Amino acid sequence: MFPSRFRYEAPHSLDEAIGLLHDGGDYVKVLAGGQSLVPMMKLRFASPEMLVDINDVPGLAYHRADPDGSLHIGALCRHADLERSDVLKGTQPTMAAAAPLVADPLVRNRGTLVGSLCHADPQGDWASVMLALGGSVIAQGRGGKRAIPLADFVTGPFQNVLEHDEIAVEAVVPPAKGARAGGYLKLERRVGDFATVGTAVAIETLGDTVIRAGIALTGVGGSTIGATEAAAALTGKPLTAETIAEAAELAAAAAQPRTDHRGTAEYKRHLVRVFVSRILGGTVASAERAA
Amino acid sequence: MTMVYDDLGDEAAEEIPVRKIRFTINGKKKVAEIEPRLLLADLIRRGVGLTGTHRGCDTTNCGACTVLVDGQAIKSCTMLAVQVDGREVTTVEGLASASELHPIQEGFKQEHGLQCGFCTPGMMLAAKDLLDRNPDPSEEDVRWALSGNLCRCTGYQNIVKSVLWAAEKLRAEG
Repeated sequence: MFPSRFRYEAPHSLDEAIGLLHDGGDYVKVLAGGQSLVPMMKLRFASPEMLVDINDVPGLAYHRADPDGSLHIGALCRHADLERSDVLKGTQPTMAAAAPLVADPLVRNRGTLVGSLCHADPQGDWASVMLALGGSVIAQGRGGKRAIPLADFVTGPFQNVLEHDEIAVEAVVPPAKGARAGGYLKLERRVGDFATVGTAVAIETLGDTVIRAGIALTGVGGSTIGATEAAAALTGKPLTAETIAEAAELAAAAAQPRTDHRGTAEYKRHLVRVFVSRILGGTVASAERAA
Repeated sequence: MTMVYDDLGDEAAEEIPVRKIRFTINGKKKVAEIEPRLLLADLIRRGVGLTGTHRGCDTTNCGACTVLVDGQAIKSCTMLAVQVDGREVTTVEGLASASELHPIQEGFKQEHGLQCGFCTPGMMLAAKDLLDRNPDPSEEDVRWALSGNLCRCTGYQNIVKSVLWAAEKLRAEG
């Protein structure tokens, strides 16, 4: 298999890339890691007229924590960079847990977090993680930059709010106000398969009290699902067997799974319940070990 | 390198976008004129004529087409050939020297790490990516690093042993 014919440009600056998008016609795609786009083009699900390859644009292959505690991930930061990152260890438990579970090691060497967010696959792991963390995407166009909260960024399966001449240049995780805890769990039939169910949990605590919570679900609906009621049930309370059970129940209720070859709807809903309890239970256990 | 295209008789045939790229493959410098839609696996197999890079699933699953680009293991069916412009590609043919097998290849020989051999080139290059980063991997590390490569003979046990054998040999050689 090979893609249908397209024009290929590999600009050396963002301005040039944005100009190409602006002038490029109706159907132009940005190429970063290409681990979703190239397969889709080979299957002819996507046949863009032009590809703007941003791999030669300098200054996008980074991830860094700023002094204010915010985390910034550039458009060319690969999954493997995050998997091996010292920046995430200790400070970003949800991201650190998810990074090794994305696709397989070879895909992780090429694919990017920002590209995964833009691709907006309901099965994408990073969209859940960033939604749970309250993250945003920074889009750059001819008029400058704008920050788009992830909750507003993805509008449906494989759809995002970027204008045709905007490039997602960075993803941002806001600073934590308390101590971060959480994780990401995913059931897949084998490495590299799409998630049967994925669950991202990100909380911040002050003392025993949860001051912020985010829970998001992968692969159990037409798009990434934010389990906002489940998160609200934790906020302002301590993590106890009761609050954890309530959050797990509400998260399971927020899932919209379908029965398919990966499992029945009821099984997937059950997994959400188990994953939320397991991540939050693990948080309590590690806090007790530290105390 | 000459590429031959089907003449579909359409106007587009007059304007086939062709780009010239320069790259290094197994230490040899190459220049190629290619269509941007050519995949790296096809540049290697049909253009350069190195058929050790195998085409298995063609859907980013199996890893039989794994090669190293600037030292990193990637699936060459899922990268455009134009993207290796200015880069260095290593295929399985680049592992051995004229007189000696690479320790990874020797490991596969010693530990019977292959049956049909179809997945073997990809396994070896994924293993090279791992051993370049981590010279002393645990069995778990090896299994994890090879998890993007499928073996339909299901000979994983011996493949893992082969990579561990190679790691030990490479450490001994320093």
